[in-house]
Amino acid sequence: MSRAVRWWVLGAGTAGVGLVLLLAFLQMPSFGSSHHPYRDAAVPAAVAHGTANVVGSVTFDQRGIDTLGEEAIFFGSVLAVLVLLRPEDEEEPRPEEGSLAPLQSTRLFGYLLLPLSLITGLDIVAHGHVTPGGGFQGGIMLATALHLVYVAGRYRSLEQLRPMPLFESGEAAGVAAFTALGFAGIAVTGSFLANFLPYGTFGQILSAGTVPLLNIAVGVAVGSGGIVLLGQFFTQVFLADREKGSGS
Amino acid sequence: MSVYAYVVAGALLLLGAIGIARSRDLVHAVVCLSISQSGTYVLLLAIGYQDGAPAPVFGSTSAPTTRVVDPVVQALTLTDIVVSATVTALLLALSIQIQKRHGTVDPDELSALEG
Amino acid sequence: MSVLIAVVLTLVLVCGALVVFTGNVQRQAVTLSLYGLLMTLLFVLLSAPDVALSQVVAGTAVVPLMVLLTYRKIRGLR
Repeated sequence: MSRAVRWWVLGAGTAGVGLVLLLAFLQMPSFGSSHHPYRDAAVPAAVAHGTANVVGSVTFDQRGIDTLGEEAIFFGSVLAVLVLLRPEDEEEPRPEEGSLAPLQSTRLFGYLLLPLSLITGLDIVAHGHVTPGGGFQGGIMLATALHLVYVAGRYRSLEQLRPMPLFESGEAAGVAAFTALGFAGIAVTGSFLANFLPYGTFGQILSAGTVPLLNIAVGVAVGSGGIVLLGQFFTQVFLADREKGSGS
Repeated sequence: MSVYAYVVAGALLLLGAIGIARSRDLVHAVVCLSISQSGTYVLLLAIGYQDGAPAPVFGSTSAPTTRVVDPVVQALTLTDIVVSATVTALLLALSIQIQKRHGTVDPDELSALEG
Repeated sequence: MSVLIAVVLTLVLVCGALVVFTGNVQRQAVTLSLYGLLMTLLFVLLSAPDVALSQVVAGTAVVPLMVLLTYRKIRGLR
């Protein structure tokens, strides 16, 4: 198929899909309306379980099985990237070239932000059931906070602070803890991922039953998984072909 | 004017598709796919929005009420963002492997299906 | 619909077009990061702080970093 024919097909397809979408949008409830039946069912259920963050309640309590599937997708994808980007026999690590050192202001910024970001990430994970946030957001924030060491310093420093086996086990431990809490729900009440712990006082840190524990499990899993994932891409950049000598 | 948010969501979806179709670089196509997926976030959140309603999080200053934005579509969008970032990572790893095996990431040159 | 939401929706659409029509992948990573920031702003205006947090960590920090690393690796293999 020549390029000109491809353009016509693309144009026709875009116009057709756009028309169908527009017809659908004209029949939807208007933007900003007050008719939301799912909300009217979800908010009372979350309040009844003592969870102040209703989105966290929907994610971990009312639709916990979907979050388990999401964690499985994340886990499987990190596993797949590990397999795809494994160093081959022809490749060996090359030393980071003695290129430009980071600016003094970048180093100061990085070293100041590192403890702040780590603490903020931990706070977001721990308070996921009372304030906006949760396991996933805090976990990825912890993973990217660790890489400030690379931005403010050298790759060697990041490598020393990032023992890969620890984080690989951490990811598996997080997913296993989530599943274990699900089976504990079966043991106590007979339903997978049931909220079997006491609901506590609304809005305090000890509330919402199993939701804070699930948040911590997801935070550990996603944080470790994020570090492993980024680590694979970094390792690839610092690999060289043995025959060719140095890389890029 | 009340369909403008939905139209923007649909336009982002189609923009991403056009970007994938006209790209000469697999990594560029992966980024355009990411744009396409973000159109669905806008659509989901626009469906759940209510004028003047606060976020579905209650604290010491806001008593529980049902006059909030829909939390179910926000949970859906959270899962959507996670899956999108994961798929992007996987596709980027695949394009690195394609460059190693075939020496090119130009979609026009990657036409042969080799067994 | 408030004027602010309409303006940010338009900005998001324009930035999306900008990302799609940027040819160089290195520049695309930066515009993708800016796009993520505008989406975060839109999500905050739509009263969705959880989703905004998720978007800012995933779409503004992690994905552009991976795109840049991939570009660097592919350029090194050429």
